[in-house]
Amino acid sequence: MAASGIVLVGFLYAHAAGNLKIFLGNEDFDHYAHWLRTIGTPLLPDVWFLWIMRVGLLVAIVAHIWSATVLTVRAKRARPVKYAHRPKVQGSYAARTMRWGGVIVLLFIIYHLLDLTTGHLNPVGDSTRPHANVIADFAADRWYVTLFYTVSILAVGFHLRHGIFSAARTLGQQTDRGEKRAKVIALVMAVVLVAMYLSVPFAVTTGLVK
Amino acid sequence: MDIQVRVWRQSGPTDKGRMVAYDVKDISPDASFLEMIDVLNEKLILDGDDPIAFDHDCREGICGACSMVINGVAHGPEKATTTCQLHMRKFKDGDVIDVEPWRAAAFPVIKDLIVDRSAFDEIIQAGGYITAPTGTAPEAHAAPVPKKDADAAFEAATCIGCGACVAACPNGSSMLFTAAKITHLGLMPQGQPERESRVLDMLQAQDDAGFGGCTNMGECAQVCPKGIPLSLIGRLNSDYRKALSKR
Amino acid sequence: MIMNDFWTEGDPIVDKAAPDGPVETRWERRKFSAKLVNPANRRKLTVIIVGTGLAGGSAAATLAEAGYHVKSYCYQDSPRRAHSIAAQGGINAAKNYRNDGDSVHRLFYDTVKGGDFRARESNVYRLAQVSVNIIDQCVAQGVPFAREYGGLLDNRSFGGTQVSRTFYARGQTGQQLLLGAYQAMERQIGLGNIEMNARHEMLELIIVDGKARGIVVRDMVTGEISTEFADAVVLASGGYGNVFFLSTNAKGCNVTASWRAHRKGALFANPCYTQIHPTCIPESGSHQSKLTLMSESLRNDGRVWVPKAQKDTRKAADIPEDERDYYLERIYPSFGNLVPRDIASRAAKNVCDEGRGVGPGGLGVYLDFADAISRLGRKAVEAKYGNLFEMYERITGEDPYETPMRIYPAVHYTMGGLWVDYDLQSTIPGLFVVGEANFSDHGANRLGASALMQGLADGYFVLPNTISNYLASGPFPKIDESREEVVEARTQVEDRIAKLLSIDGDRTVDSFHRELGHIMWEYCGMERTEEGLTKAVGLIRALKEEFWTRVKVPGKGEELNQNLEKAGRVADFIELGELMCIDALHRRESCGGHFRAESQSPDGEAQRNDDEFSYAAAWEYFAADGKPTLHKEELTFEYVHPSTRSYK
Repeated sequence: MAASGIVLVGFLYAHAAGNLKIFLGNEDFDHYAHWLRTIGTPLLPDVWFLWIMRVGLLVAIVAHIWSATVLTVRAKRARPVKYAHRPKVQGSYAARTMRWGGVIVLLFIIYHLLDLTTGHLNPVGDSTRPHANVIADFAADRWYVTLFYTVSILAVGFHLRHGIFSAARTLGQQTDRGEKRAKVIALVMAVVLVAMYLSVPFAVTTGLVK
Repeated sequence: MDIQVRVWRQSGPTDKGRMVAYDVKDISPDASFLEMIDVLNEKLILDGDDPIAFDHDCREGICGACSMVINGVAHGPEKATTTCQLHMRKFKDGDVIDVEPWRAAAFPVIKDLIVDRSAFDEIIQAGGYITAPTGTAPEAHAAPVPKKDADAAFEAATCIGCGACVAACPNGSSMLFTAAKITHLGLMPQGQPERESRVLDMLQAQDDAGFGGCTNMGECAQVCPKGIPLSLIGRLNSDYRKALSKR
Repeated sequence: MIMNDFWTEGDPIVDKAAPDGPVETRWERRKFSAKLVNPANRRKLTVIIVGTGLAGGSAAATLAEAGYHVKSYCYQDSPRRAHSIAAQGGINAAKNYRNDGDSVHRLFYDTVKGGDFRARESNVYRLAQVSVNIIDQCVAQGVPFAREYGGLLDNRSFGGTQVSRTFYARGQTGQQLLLGAYQAMERQIGLGNIEMNARHEMLELIIVDGKARGIVVRDMVTGEISTEFADAVVLASGGYGNVFFLSTNAKGCNVTASWRAHRKGALFANPCYTQIHPTCIPESGSHQSKLTLMSESLRNDGRVWVPKAQKDTRKAADIPEDERDYYLERIYPSFGNLVPRDIASRAAKNVCDEGRGVGPGGLGVYLDFADAISRLGRKAVEAKYGNLFEMYERITGEDPYETPMRIYPAVHYTMGGLWVDYDLQSTIPGLFVVGEANFSDHGANRLGASALMQGLADGYFVLPNTISNYLASGPFPKIDESREEVVEARTQVEDRIAKLLSIDGDRTVDSFHRELGHIMWEYCGMERTEEGLTKAVGLIRALKEEFWTRVKVPGKGEELNQNLEKAGRVADFIELGELMCIDALHRRESCGGHFRAESQSPDGEAQRNDDEFSYAAAWEYFAADGKPTLHKEELTFEYVHPSTRSYK
């Protein structure tokens, strides 16, 4: 979980950084999006690098989900009879929502791909004009899309808050000081990422970015 | 004080089991939780009912026998306390208290609140020791141990093997138990030769026994009566990674 | 030959296994003279060990390592839970790491003297000798003893000694030592050398052709009765303090294994020697199920006091310094708060009897840390005793940093037990007894931190060397289940269970146990008199009668039945209680844990009577007329000459 999770967190940050290009204007953003398709050229043909990335991500996601499924199945098997009286788990909210949070994030990713990658669910849906796609997506009258993005990104944030800490632990973080540090880093990384991601839809919805 | 307890009754391993309510009248706030059950059992016996079976022995918080999930929390509401050291003054007059056994596939119920925890012994058998046959020991002062390490090893070694960590873990994982022993032995110079095989073998035994996997939820450390910290699991993971890379 | 209503005197008994000559080399010589078993033959020899505490666990691990096939039994759900785990203070060893004049000889001397000259010199010397090996062994196993900044082992001085020879692991030394033995044992279980039977209780000893050859056990989960055979049987089943109902023992501790062996012919020695520990948390009400010990180490820094005035109900903090009586410091100026356990206990009883006790019922004295906190600072006190203070607060709801602790004596350890010779063999050939279950090393009183030492000495170092001498003449012929002796032992167990279940009376097992405890504490507790003991014997006999007609044991035999387990144990405790009172009655002297009111000096100190009672009293069970037979083992002191213990 930790290894695949780290790959995914790395991607999330790179993706978020790219998103912020939208604040530099229409052309900058579209240019950036176009560049993504040409990385590695002329060594590689167009879009090859992008596909390598996509395959890599897919592998990480499948590995992540696979591990999560194995853990979930083992957990169910490890407690065949449930407690009659089960108060809410004492640990953090983030920790106890990892599984369902993960499912929400997965559903979101599927929607997100259909929306802004393939364009099927996007009002514009023109892959050569990503800026226009984004602007149309988060238009003020489509507030529910913005809301759905917000909820999903928050879920990603919670997922990361426990995930990053947990990954550190899995990789052998073991001192008390290190634990405090890992928790702070996880929280900061989660909050920063959420802020980066949410800035775009909110900027569009409020008309800051046109 | 007067209270009601709702207790898990299960006549044997194959019985389905159910919660049964009992009123306990006029119990002293100075009585321990187990003494409250004692009082109830005396009444049940004289009424011709089957008394509640529960594990207990030293009643001073060190043997690790007592094992009740009280209102959904392993060992009850008081932090860092075994069930036997929990006193009725922590409850209020009129409280309704749910009492259940540890629930885990690796800890099958034998009767009522008694479970079989021999899976823990199997984990220790797999590697939770230092091989030092009697008579082979060098002089005790031959290998000094930094006080810091000795103290940390002791803290980990205070685990009483009660199984509350498993009972509380949403995954039914025994990672904290295993990590405590890995840490104790791994911090001592005497424990180094077997350090790698120990972690591999103990984790294998833990999986074989049917415990769940660890997702660092931290529930275990919340209920541990000896306050074994979650960070020890990181130490286990680190040992595991190193052992795997050398295999 | 004395004849009376209570006992018959039989022939003296002699320890034939003990070597003579210089005490320093006796153990060496015994080891050399003992026959050995060829390593290839050890696999063919089976040893049953009942109990998995420090003595049983260490013996099982060591014998299995040596190559014997070991079958272990314990009533707990895991060998790790044996009550040795609860020992707090520490373990003595004559390492002299402190360069404070300690030596094997001094530990030997202190133990013989501390035992009030009622222990065997040979045994005690051996104990002191192997004490140093125990520490080495435990360190090699990874026992996390307390250490100093230089990385070397720390020591502290412990009740009744003036050298620092006690090794410890915070307040959980017993736990750490037991886990060391348990882990060694689990390793052997994993290797298939020990067959572990947890939740199994020994209910009868099987003797064939005059030799102990097996036991009858009950599987406490299924209720199944089975017969188990071996070439030798080792009892490591602990002490019998639970005869008092309230004691610091675990709830499951019982005398059944020893008592069944006693009924089959093993002599039971010095049953009246019980140790009352001075620093326990007082009783809080009728629901009380056990008493909790606070480590004796608390007396190193705590000061014991009561108000000078009787029935002083003011809060401790409101009693001015000059109205407090620090009675231990006053009466025993040189040892002060560190006097041995029996003396501290009786002094507490005396001040409470004077009406100066504190807390509910006036049964308590203060153990005050105010001075230590102001001298060392709260932090230092916390570092030393933090876990004990927390435990006290959890149980009583009072904060000992603010108000002084209340303590009162409670039964803690029993020095008596099955009689064994120097080889730890009982009067039944092939039946060995180790740890608290035997009587051998502590005499009439045990020093602090010596129980762990004796348990591990017996299990790691003594028994493995002496049992080979017996096993060398094995393997013994295979035993058939249908042999008369086997069938008889099994039938005895089954009949007894059937009887207990059939009475279906109107009193619970616990109510009988409580009543027995009251009788024992009242008449055979800290102070004993001829009149009281005579009365107690009568009361116990009546109680026994009542038990077998009125006890109510719910449930069946073929299931997990905790009340059935308890009923069998209480039935044995009742018989033991009677023997304890008779032993206490016959010993018309005060020594160690046995204080006879008739035998005291004008200022209230215990008076030993070496002319008449310098012997170990080994009792033979005699069912025919209900009177046990006394066999005296004369004790001789060549190295430590009996003197009056004085801690003034």
